[in-house]
Amino acid sequence: MPREDVKKLLRSKFMPHIWCPGCGHGIIMHAILRALADLQIPKEQICISSGIGCSSRMPGYIDACTLHTAHGRSLAFATGVKMANPELTIVNVMGDGDGTAIGGNHFIHACRRNIGITAVVMNNNIYGMTGGQASPTTPEGAFAATAPYGAIDPVFDVCKLAEGAGATFVARATVANPMQCEQILKKAIEHQKKGFAVVEIVTYCHTQFGRKNKRSRPTDNIKYLKEHTVLKAQADKMSPDELKDKIVVGEFVNIETAREYTDRYNDVIARAQGKA
Amino acid sequence: MAQNEFWQGNKAIAMGAIAAGCRFFGGYPITPSTEIMEVMSEELPKLGGKFVQMEDEIGGIASALGASIAGKKAMTASSGPGISLKQELLGYGYIAEIPLVVADVQRGGPSTGLPTKVSQADVMQARWGTHGDHATIAYAPCSIPECYTLTIEAFNMAERFRQPVLIMADEVIGHMREKITIPEPGSFKVVDRKKPTVAPDDFIPYRPDEDDVPPMPAFGDGYRWHVTGLTTNEWGFPTNDAPDIDLKANRIIRKVERFRDEIVAYREDFMEDAEIVVVSYGSVSRSSLRAIRELREEGVKVGHFRPITIWPFPDKEIAAFSKNVKHIIVPELNAGQLVHEVERAVKGNCEVHGKSLINGELYKPAEIMSFIKEVA
Repeated sequence: MPREDVKKLLRSKFMPHIWCPGCGHGIIMHAILRALADLQIPKEQICISSGIGCSSRMPGYIDACTLHTAHGRSLAFATGVKMANPELTIVNVMGDGDGTAIGGNHFIHACRRNIGITAVVMNNNIYGMTGGQASPTTPEGAFAATAPYGAIDPVFDVCKLAEGAGATFVARATVANPMQCEQILKKAIEHQKKGFAVVEIVTYCHTQFGRKNKRSRPTDNIKYLKEHTVLKAQADKMSPDELKDKIVVGEFVNIETAREYTDRYNDVIARAQGKA
Repeated sequence: MAQNEFWQGNKAIAMGAIAAGCRFFGGYPITPSTEIMEVMSEELPKLGGKFVQMEDEIGGIASALGASIAGKKAMTASSGPGISLKQELLGYGYIAEIPLVVADVQRGGPSTGLPTKVSQADVMQARWGTHGDHATIAYAPCSIPECYTLTIEAFNMAERFRQPVLIMADEVIGHMREKITIPEPGSFKVVDRKKPTVAPDDFIPYRPDEDDVPPMPAFGDGYRWHVTGLTTNEWGFPTNDAPDIDLKANRIIRKVERFRDEIVAYREDFMEDAEIVVVSYGSVSRSSLRAIRELREEGVKVGHFRPITIWPFPDKEIAAFSKNVKHIIVPELNAGQLVHEVERAVKGNCEVHGKSLINGELYKPAEIMSFIKEVA
């Protein structure tokens, strides 16, 4: 059962949620809520934005200012929200398709601007809601509704993509370690004052991905994640061969001296008003 | 002291937006609309407003919708291909009921078409471009002063009815320069969206007032609510129940249709005794009026009717005069988009002649004179 202060962040009257029993998304939502509760951000000042898909239904269940947008466009909406009201704490939740396929352009440019939004990419390697089609993070060789002979497209590494595009906080965790998710999310939300934070949380879709890839039970997936997770400190000492199929977790980027976009826009305002 | 300027249409649209209280612009460069965003990038920060050049057209409208949800009057601008890209999120604005102004400075198409040439071929795109049903409000300015005043009006309607409103200029209007006397602040009406009056815990986000429009708080105002592009019940939560769907789907159309008479704007010239009427809008109306003035001097009984709102279409007003005239001529810079609406309004009361020009040029007054002479 969630803690009392976490429960207050739920819109329980809109339960039951649409997620399949055993879905990893619930673990992520709980971690986000614990992070927000611990940081004691008033819920009127929290904006949870999302795109389309299973993961993106999350805002509906959170008692805050919530924004369920169009497929791939959540970061562009959130950019407008943040610019209009920089005081808001924005957690933008999205799926792997939302973040790296249809919304890939918005993703890299939100990183580049370094706007104060915390982007959580809930990576389950599949398009779940539409019936299990391959996504840009479906592993090569895995089966999907649109990869009946096995996927051949190379995968995106969400964290490297974010780092390359200029995000000033980048980290990864898996739902097999909810405490680590919570700790990383807390840091990522606090980083919002300094800029764009990306947290990739590796999760699973046992219903769509698992069914075709011998991981059809939630427990199969948790076991898989635990067996394949490597801490960044360990990974730094491993060879590329040893790292094949491994999920490296931890903090990859954390630039403490970064300056956030709406903060820098205040310089524009000062210059336009002749005050700088 | 009234201030006179010699402005480009695009500048007048931007300055009109600012006069209406617009404090956010998100957009992407595209000819022939780009000067709107250039002016906004310069003017908004002077007033503490924000401008962002987004990574694409979709980002432009998405950021503007986001800013509107967070309480700012917001705008984006584009032209043909960019408006095509924005269509899905225009639909988002209609269903989620987000005030927004979209300036569409029309160019030739389809596709990349004629970036620097004039066209009026987005008439139907404006009305039916996004999927699903909704009510459209779109203004077609024909002069630089109108670029200013109609943009203010567009913001007022967007705020009042909580939905996107379009300014449908065309390349000629957007790029030409003309004298404008800037209206004094206070000499025109500025409408702000209705805010809820109930306590946050009693707030039901999509329960409409008597006018079918629900009050709208901003994110950060102390109210918590859910915004989605899904069809929702009045709590703002997704629904699959036919009665709830029915309520929402019909209300977002009805809220505009009920007030149609207050929204529809048009201008009539030389109509008192007209036997022939030219119906034209935007840049074409300027050529038409010149032609009509000359023919009036020759004694031809010809008048001009100019839709200022092309949506809602002034069908009742056209139906009214169509009973007293012999011919209606509709010259437009497309293959015949508005003429069908005119025919629908006229219901066979008189002859309707559509004229189309799609070579990127503007009608010369002499061409319109010859259309009139053909039927006179």
